[in-house]
Amino acid sequence: MNTLPQQLANGLLLGSMYGLIAIGYTMVYGIVQLINFAHGEIFMTGAFGALTVYFYILPDGTSMALAVPLMLLGGALVAILIAVGAERFAYRPLRGAPRLAPLITAIGLSLALQEVVRNFYPGADRARAFPGLDSTHDIGSVTIKDADIFLILAAVLCMAALAFFVRRSRTGRAMQATAQDPDTAQLMGIDTNRIIVIAFAIGGFFAAVAAVAYGLKYGNVDYRMGFLMGLKAFTAAVLGGIGNIYGAMLGGVVLGVAETLASAYIDEIPGMQQLGGQSWANVWAFCLLILVLLFRPQGLLGERVADRA
Amino acid sequence: MVILTSVLTTGALTLTACGSRDDSGDKGGDNGSGTTLTIGVDAPLSGENSTTGLGIQYGAQIAIDDANKNNWVPGVKFKLKALDDKAQPATGQTNATNIVGDKTAVGAVGPLNSGVAQTMQQVFASANMVQISPANTAPELTQGKNWQSDKKRPFKTYFRTATTDELQGSFAAGYAYNGLKKKKAFVVDDKQTYGAGLAKIFNEQYKKLGGKVVGTDHVNTGDKDFGSLVTKIKNSGADLLYYGGQYDESALITKQLKDAGVKIPLFGGDGMFATTYIEAAGKSSEGDLATAIGVPADTLPAAKTFIQTYKDKGYKGDYGAYGAYAYDATTAIIKAVKAAADANGGKVPTDINDLRSKVVDGVQKSDFEGLTGKIAFDEYGDTTNKQLTVYQVEKGAWKAVETGTADLQ
Repeated sequence: MNTLPQQLANGLLLGSMYGLIAIGYTMVYGIVQLINFAHGEIFMTGAFGALTVYFYILPDGTSMALAVPLMLLGGALVAILIAVGAERFAYRPLRGAPRLAPLITAIGLSLALQEVVRNFYPGADRARAFPGLDSTHDIGSVTIKDADIFLILAAVLCMAALAFFVRRSRTGRAMQATAQDPDTAQLMGIDTNRIIVIAFAIGGFFAAVAAVAYGLKYGNVDYRMGFLMGLKAFTAAVLGGIGNIYGAMLGGVVLGVAETLASAYIDEIPGMQQLGGQSWANVWAFCLLILVLLFRPQGLLGERVADRA
Repeated sequence: MVILTSVLTTGALTLTACGSRDDSGDKGGDNGSGTTLTIGVDAPLSGENSTTGLGIQYGAQIAIDDANKNNWVPGVKFKLKALDDKAQPATGQTNATNIVGDKTAVGAVGPLNSGVAQTMQQVFASANMVQISPANTAPELTQGKNWQSDKKRPFKTYFRTATTDELQGSFAAGYAYNGLKKKKAFVVDDKQTYGAGLAKIFNEQYKKLGGKVVGTDHVNTGDKDFGSLVTKIKNSGADLLYYGGQYDESALITKQLKDAGVKIPLFGGDGMFATTYIEAAGKSSEGDLATAIGVPADTLPAAKTFIQTYKDKGYKGDYGAYGAYAYDATTAIIKAVKAAADANGGKVPTDINDLRSKVVDGVQKSDFEGLTGKIAFDEYGDTTNKQLTVYQVEKGAWKAVETGTADLQ
């Protein structure tokens, strides 16, 4: 059996999830030059928001066709609220402070969010079951689940909507202007505080979409899920060129595919048996990152950053 | 950076806990009417593996409650000091130091993870304090690094009421080949002391029996996406997946495996034998198997009261895996304290170091009927009770399918 199509599909799916989370890193960075390390935890709280809707609000036996949109709504509500709250109370007071200060706050916030969920969400000190979309379809030699279709559709739709929003809407153009030069943008009458809040909110929304997709795909969520996913998404954002929205998605997909292919095939290369397999996937992913940064420091789709740094 | 921060936080918290415990210990001594002795418990009480970890804590708690209620050692009250190692070796070592530093502590029960035990053993050996693990199964903990060729006990203060992976892995291989009639296995482990050791022994033993290992791979603890691994397993034509590791990862693997249409059972060790595994994997876990040490706790007449107490108290966690073993480990320490008191004219030796060394000797000589069978230790500190059981998930619960002792060839 030729496993390559299946492995590519695996990588594409994983990458779409990274990409969706990476948007949050990239947008925030593009506008305020802050790496929001708590973004992985915003993703995690989005998952718990969706879980709350399913287990505590919807009546038992609600059909998934109805439940999924409502879970998305619940997850998005929580994630956006926390993302915007973080901006208002953790980052805005530090705007203008040396860059290290908000970075440290971000790490503190990520630990705090983890601990809050672990201690106060019922049963969240270990993995909690999440409703899955498990029926499968065979397309040629590739098997995919309903949850995978949901993930791909969500990623494509989200990207298209975002592209339209940034290019065509007034607010989107204001975002571009703020990203280019916040001070001048403000002089031109753009409320930059509002733009920053919108960037955080959109990042939160995408993270919530990714979180619901994650839950549906893997069937359980836990308070630590944001750490590794956040780190990978951050890597994807850097890989694609941090600050670039399309770069985030591309970086995510490249990272996901690279990871999957590395873990699938590297151990088949003679002499490389010891360096292949699932447990080496992360190593190869980060090697790829180093290579890209060596030869193209601005990332795959990044622009020159010299005038900003 | 995040890891460093959490280590620092944990350290600070443990130190605080240490301070407050010591205070209350001193007060107990001042009363004069009786002595309060502490038994330490170290296990993962939060995060990964906490379901089984909490079972250890509460198992020990019930033993201590029984001892206090029935006045097993006249004039002595026991209390429990439970510390959370989060399944991390460094935290386990900090906790061991903490327990040793407590001047009322006579012994410790735990930990759950063999990798954690490796960092704790020396601390207890230096203080000459007994440590009994209800759950560690790595052979080198009692038989030294070269246990396959030259058995040598590294620490005389370390004991366990669990049997070793050498027996567990062999037992699993035997059942997979002869019981399930599976001839092609794919072997995966999580690279930890416990998981990798178990997978290695399974691999060797399975091949000796005539089975074919069609592929091997390793995962990282904390991984969530096993899509690539699942595709490999599917392609290898394996009819069984053996997994050495804990339930956190194996529950996800079995789910993703079955979702991809690979309907082969996942077989693992006692690290997977928890209700959480079934909860997390849902229907996908149906038909999966795990070996666990000893005989099923609910078939033991002596354990009936224990299980009832555990349920009545509404404790979280899983007594099924190690609760009863933790009870027996704690009882062994308490009985050793009693032996020390009896030899000293009915009074517990006042010098804590003297008491600790007498407790080590006492535990070595243990010989009583515990909840899990006869409790006695051989010259390596291993339990003489070598029984194992294979469990299978049936209608959403673990059901015992075969009990026996491993045949080592």
